[in-house]
Amino acid sequence: MDFDLTPSEEKFRDEVRQFIKENMKEEGISEFASFGGDWNKKAREKGYVGFAWPKEVGGGGGTIMEQAILKQEMGKARAPALGSCFMGLAWVGPGIIQYGTEEQKQRFIPDILDGKYQWCTGYSEPAVGSDLAALSCKGELKGDHYLVNGQKIWTTLAPFAAWICMLVRTSHNPADKHDGITCLLVDMKTPGVEVRPIENMAGGRLFAEVFFTDVKVPVENRLGDEGKGWQVTISALANERSSIGEVMSMEQRLDKLKDMLKKREINGKPALQDTSIRRRLAKYETIIEAMRYNGLRYLTKQLRGEPLSSETSVNKLHRTFLEVDMADLAVDVLGQQGLYMFGDDAVSNGKWALGTLNWCDTVIGGGTENIQKNIIAERILGLPKD
Amino acid sequence: MNFGFTEEQQLLREQLRRFFDAKSPVSETRKIMESKEGFSRDLWNEMAQLGWLSLIVPEDYDGLGLGWIELLVMLEESGRTLFPSPMISHMLAITAIVEAGSDEQKRKFLPKMADGSLIGTVALFDKANDYRLEAVELAGKENGQLELNGKKHFVSDVAAADIIVTAYRGSKGNLGLVVVEKNQENLKVSNNGGFDKTKRDSTLSFDNVQIANEMILSEKKADEVISYLLDCGAVAITAETIGVAEAAHEITVNYAKERVQFGSVIGKYQGVKHPLADMYVDIESFKSICYFAAWCVNNDREQLTRYASMAKAYASEIMPTLGTNCIKLHGAIGYTAEYDIQLYYKRAKWMRPAFGDAGFHYDRIADLGGI
Repeated sequence: MDFDLTPSEEKFRDEVRQFIKENMKEEGISEFASFGGDWNKKAREKGYVGFAWPKEVGGGGGTIMEQAILKQEMGKARAPALGSCFMGLAWVGPGIIQYGTEEQKQRFIPDILDGKYQWCTGYSEPAVGSDLAALSCKGELKGDHYLVNGQKIWTTLAPFAAWICMLVRTSHNPADKHDGITCLLVDMKTPGVEVRPIENMAGGRLFAEVFFTDVKVPVENRLGDEGKGWQVTISALANERSSIGEVMSMEQRLDKLKDMLKKREINGKPALQDTSIRRRLAKYETIIEAMRYNGLRYLTKQLRGEPLSSETSVNKLHRTFLEVDMADLAVDVLGQQGLYMFGDDAVSNGKWALGTLNWCDTVIGGGTENIQKNIIAERILGLPKD
Repeated sequence: MNFGFTEEQQLLREQLRRFFDAKSPVSETRKIMESKEGFSRDLWNEMAQLGWLSLIVPEDYDGLGLGWIELLVMLEESGRTLFPSPMISHMLAITAIVEAGSDEQKRKFLPKMADGSLIGTVALFDKANDYRLEAVELAGKENGQLELNGKKHFVSDVAAADIIVTAYRGSKGNLGLVVVEKNQENLKVSNNGGFDKTKRDSTLSFDNVQIANEMILSEKKADEVISYLLDCGAVAITAETIGVAEAAHEITVNYAKERVQFGSVIGKYQGVKHPLADMYVDIESFKSICYFAAWCVNNDREQLTRYASMAKAYASEIMPTLGTNCIKLHGAIGYTAEYDIQLYYKRAKWMRPAFGDAGFHYDRIADLGGI
């Protein structure tokens, strides 16, 4: 075991620090400050946007270790996100790089890196949530195009997206339900596409239902082979698996929670002198460190080329606990006042109240706790599927 | 950056696993735990011959001069079969002497401890539920020689040990550490009857026990050394618990793959899968923290306390639940004396208070984090 960086890794880290020093003017900048602006332009020039992607497509060509260092330094500095096309950078781009044609790469990848417009991903359907392979939105091959009919739901960012990367069923009775699914890239302005935003319990309108009625999608917009859409969506480029970005963001959240608690009293004494509150905070610290060192063990495995199964579900479960419980402790300590979203008495403009309504994005998106536990039980422990 | 084991460490692990599987499977553990001393001298000597008892003894004193990562590997492996031995106590006694002993004292004790012919343990805290330094009260009067009066409860592995590194409170309120021989005059040992027979402890009564000054370990301030030993103890217990938990989990997963109810193996049901997945998450997690804490023992003492506490707090909090769930998933057979899982349950309960329970360690984490 050795936690030191090699000289070249150190050099890279210093470079990242220098970049942050030169380009991040304001401290504590909000996560959304990264829309447009100088930061993204500079980060793009430096190759930090799409840092894991190959240089040939305009990415940074970063090694696994460099990716971890970049995320760590950005997290420490509380820097804004690198790039603004969130879904494109996280899901769609990697799929196009791995499975796309040359034309698709040239057409889509530069725009994703530049953040020209948003992408969304169409997986879930009204009857199909966690059991994604059972989807039924239909795609029929009609000469030079697919005719798409059906509905998607919970489509995050759909109200703002210019394109959707979606899964359709092109074959109805395959032996394995994972076969017969095809991935299409669809322009949201195509006639027959209709977006109806859904309001979430916090009042946000980030996700939507998307309806498709006789939507014509040119065959050249198919990503990967027909019937192989499942593989396309589970593909992943060599993304580092250290969870370091998540660790950093949980740490920041805990710091803010502690800052708030420092100024509060409960039952006539400082909140931070209350044993149950102190132990809850200590437990958060402990779980964050568990995430950090789990992540470093997985990163080491990855660097050594050892197979990784679904171990990252472990940290996803920790994150779920932290997201929900930290938000809960905050409003717990504030009493009734913790629930105020508006008005003069709302603490920090209702930020903590909003927190208890806002965890769903990260907790439900990408598979709930229950699904993560099934994944661990089946893929790691080898228990039979039900 | 590399947070994994070296090839040598992997080889050591394989060698240890073969040894414990062959020489001390749980069936053998059951025999050893019923013996008078609570451990097997034959196996102890075999381990000594393989060099394992000298892992953390410096080379100058006939040891292998390795670190706590190697020791952690040994403890993980010995935990898997609940191997009963004074290993943790012995390693802590070695650590105390390495830390605070003079060269002469090291020459006197360490080579014999390295070859297993002299077995050590530690008696640091007086009360079983108070691991604060302030709570060390065993009175040590220093006049010409040291006179000890008072009691030490829950001292591990006294039946096996020859010497006991003992913490006392001097006349001026200072803390001290001294090597006490078990057959010392006026020292009374009474063995306690805990329900985990693989772990033995005793209560020591000191009634005007006279000890020569050359037995006092005074090269370093005792409070620093005792704090370090508390951290090391927490790491050692947690490391051993990794093996305990993994084995208990494996036994239960395998049972879930075989036991048929309602027309299918029970491992197919989510009500069974989810607690098994929870256990996996918890074991992975306190294991990762414990690996880092073990690395800190030799490489980063400043961070050691925080990570030792985190590892132990996490393990202490979840182990009783893990043990309970292992039994529940087995149903009635799980709590028969004949079936092994009950032994793991008892160990899960045993480890919770040892070297501080979750509450104690969470409080330390809060203090260290400026909360």
